[in-house]
Amino acid sequence: MWNALFFYLFALIALGGGVLVITRRNAVHSALWLVVSLLGVAGEFLLLGAEFLFAVQIILYIGGVVLLILFVIMLVNLDQAARMRQFNRQWAIAGLCALVVGAEIAYFVWRGGPQAFQLATPVSAGPGEGNVEQLADVLFSRYLLPFEIASLLLLVAVIGSVVMAKKRS
Amino acid sequence: MQAIIEHPWFLPLTVGIVIIALFPLVAAYIVLAERKLLADFQVRLGPMRVGPHGLLQPIADALKLLLKEDVIPAAADRGLFWFAPVISTWTALTAFALLPFTEQLHVVDVNVGLLVIVAMSAVGVLGIIIGGWAANSHYPLLGALRSSAQLVSYEVALGLALICGVMSAGSLSMVEIVQAQLERRVWLAFDNYGLMFIAFIIFLISAIAETNRLPFDLPEAESELVAGFMTEYSGLRWGLYFLAEYASIIVIGGVGVTLFWGGWLRPFPNVSWLEVPLNVVFPLAFFLLAALISFRLSRRLLRFSRWRALLMAATGAALAGVGLLFLLPVAHPTLSALFWFLFKVGLFIYFVIWIRGTFPRFRYDQLMDIGWKYLVPLAMAAVLANALVGMLRAT
Amino acid sequence: MAERTYLGADELILNMGPQHPSTHGVLRVVLKLDGERILRADCVIGYLHRGIEKIAEYRTYQMFAPYVDRMDYVAAVSNGLGYCLAVEKLLGIEAPPRAQVVRVIMTELNRIASHLLWLGTHALDIGAVTPLFYVMREREEILNIFEAYCGARLTTHAFRIGGLQYDVYEGMEQQVKRFCKMFRPKIDEYEELLTENRIWKDRTIGVGVLTAEDCKAYGVTGPLLRAAGVKWDIRKAQPYSGYDRYEFEIPTRPNGDTYDRYLVRIQEMRQSVRIIEQAIEDIPEGPIMAKVGKVIKPPPGEVYVSIEAPKGELGYYIVSDGSTQPYRVRVRPPSFVNLQALDKMARGGLVADIVAIIGSIDIVLGEVDR
Repeated sequence: MWNALFFYLFALIALGGGVLVITRRNAVHSALWLVVSLLGVAGEFLLLGAEFLFAVQIILYIGGVVLLILFVIMLVNLDQAARMRQFNRQWAIAGLCALVVGAEIAYFVWRGGPQAFQLATPVSAGPGEGNVEQLADVLFSRYLLPFEIASLLLLVAVIGSVVMAKKRS
Repeated sequence: MQAIIEHPWFLPLTVGIVIIALFPLVAAYIVLAERKLLADFQVRLGPMRVGPHGLLQPIADALKLLLKEDVIPAAADRGLFWFAPVISTWTALTAFALLPFTEQLHVVDVNVGLLVIVAMSAVGVLGIIIGGWAANSHYPLLGALRSSAQLVSYEVALGLALICGVMSAGSLSMVEIVQAQLERRVWLAFDNYGLMFIAFIIFLISAIAETNRLPFDLPEAESELVAGFMTEYSGLRWGLYFLAEYASIIVIGGVGVTLFWGGWLRPFPNVSWLEVPLNVVFPLAFFLLAALISFRLSRRLLRFSRWRALLMAATGAALAGVGLLFLLPVAHPTLSALFWFLFKVGLFIYFVIWIRGTFPRFRYDQLMDIGWKYLVPLAMAAVLANALVGMLRAT
Repeated sequence: MAERTYLGADELILNMGPQHPSTHGVLRVVLKLDGERILRADCVIGYLHRGIEKIAEYRTYQMFAPYVDRMDYVAAVSNGLGYCLAVEKLLGIEAPPRAQVVRVIMTELNRIASHLLWLGTHALDIGAVTPLFYVMREREEILNIFEAYCGARLTTHAFRIGGLQYDVYEGMEQQVKRFCKMFRPKIDEYEELLTENRIWKDRTIGVGVLTAEDCKAYGVTGPLLRAAGVKWDIRKAQPYSGYDRYEFEIPTRPNGDTYDRYLVRIQEMRQSVRIIEQAIEDIPEGPIMAKVGKVIKPPPGEVYVSIEAPKGELGYYIVSDGSTQPYRVRVRPPSFVNLQALDKMARGGLVADIVAIIGSIDIVLGEVDR
């Protein structure tokens, strides 16, 4: 009961925040609503018993990504950041995408019937074993190769950004 | 009554309420301690007017802040201007909930406690950057950008230093980290043949940078950016930022103490014959000495004003009373654990103030250089070295 | 799109001052920034203009003397000395030897006081809070000597045209000697905090470089010039008030950056102590006032006299029309001339550097604006 309540609450926060992100005129406000939306997602992680993901979501997305977005908004154009208009010329395409995704979800809900609205119980961790350990085990054994490939990709991105930043000055 | 005390929510709630209620007072008195210490470094007296030796100064300051006119610049983004200090204060206080004051005395102990604290400090940056932006003025904006760049940079080194500690302790839970140190019979700062000390130093430097203290206080570099992101703030909102800043000093001190200096453990926790001297005699002597000094000051104050002398004597009596509590066997284990935790945090705060009295300020680019070119590689090396040594020792 | 500003996208105009904690009074600097890098620094001055030079034309020579103290108020004695010397030259007289020695002692004490204040505020600008209080402690001793000598601490009006009004007070010798003895180790104390401090060096070395050529082109004098490697000190080059009798060195440094200026000033304080110690040893007996009439009426003519004030060359150009009031007094204030070079020094630096640079010029706005 409580779980369901919190689930819908967090879902509402995530979705509401998302809607506000794309409707705000002010880019800084949008970024802040993105924070709210991400916090909602973090809450869902917590609800699923994935504390590690919860913390990492906050550290990386809010502490890292959104902060960088805010940086860019504030640095690129100091005076105009407040008055900047959104790029909302492609709303037709966006609407189409939303429609397709909505249709998909509606189809699955219709197929699932009343069960579609029931929450799955999270798989509980083994005794004496936390979420962190499980995640680490899986990452460093089963998914080692994808993990390393992903890190390589990030490394390339880091080096690339350094190179690009160097060229300019 | 028994049922209430034994309810699982009793202790967390009490501790939480005590933290929220006491914290502004504690922060205010840390400010007083800072002013007094700095004054001592700088051959002057510090606050002396309000109360005996400035003892009531923090209360006067708080009152002043509360009564000040709440100025919001006309061109500011009102909502965000209002909200930004709330973010900072809220995150700082949330992080408090995860500090283990003693084995039992804490609000929560979650299995990713350390990560949550880091997460809270990450969100706290938002309070600064938004506060600076919402004021809609150059100095705050520059200050906010500087400070968030600084915090993000030093969070990397800080995180890596924390990882060293976590690896050695084998847990992210704050309570378990301390328990691991009890089992390993060593404070983590001295573990791995001294290799952990490097991690501790990195932590110390990044911690000072994270709390925006001199020599890393660029965000509010008074001589350049007036007051950084806080320039346009006044009154209670400014007070909130101030509160958040001191809260984060205590929190980061608490994290350092928990991770590297054995948390609530007394020095040499496994040497049993030191139990009485360190857990009873030392705190008792500490408080009695403080009480003695208060009484002497009070005698000297008698010449000037009676109520000042009386207040000073009362302070002395209170200190002596706290010291005598250590003789009670009932309260003893928790009390001495709490004493050691707060004592170590106090040492950290003293160190931070001392640094402030000594060093000039870094320039922005130098700060970034130190963060990225020295601390981060060094921290990575420390992680690697400690992982290797730790593995070798385990097998 | 909102309209574009006339600046480039990355440029930002930052108005520093006139109310700013580290512009040393009411200097206003308009900075053109690219991020944190300074593209241009324009000084806007005049917030403290009192028209002192104009006032001179409506005062007699004696009446104007206290006004000069209000220019560089942290080095009031030097200002007074320069003015007295100028009028004395106009009159064709010279102060008696006893007065000259006392003048040297007072002026050098004042140089130390001025440098001390500079050191404290400069360090404060760079973020070292503590030296300021140490420095004030020692400056207090000097101000006590001033107070005992002439009753005033800051704007002293210590000298008179033709000599002194007050003779050496009882116990002055001991007090000055005691100060010199006490002060030497204190300089070491400041140096201990700063000279080898890694952060201090990082903040000052290579910052605000001004080469010897630049100095000459801008007319920059004083410690800034000496820090650029030029051995130029008016006390040695055109000795006045008997400076040629004392042994002292002109400290110079090769690089002309903020750190070198710091070292030069520290060394100058040591040299000043040396001069004071030599001077206090033999104060000749004799009168303290030359023969000057009650009414000073110099013959028509013009004169330029310059002295080495703590901040650089302080010059007085006085034109007399033969009346009791000067026809024109023009002051060459070192701060004003040195401040010109701010833009040159600041370009390419960071915002934090401009604070260090302003501190290293050692300006007093009272003197810049007059």
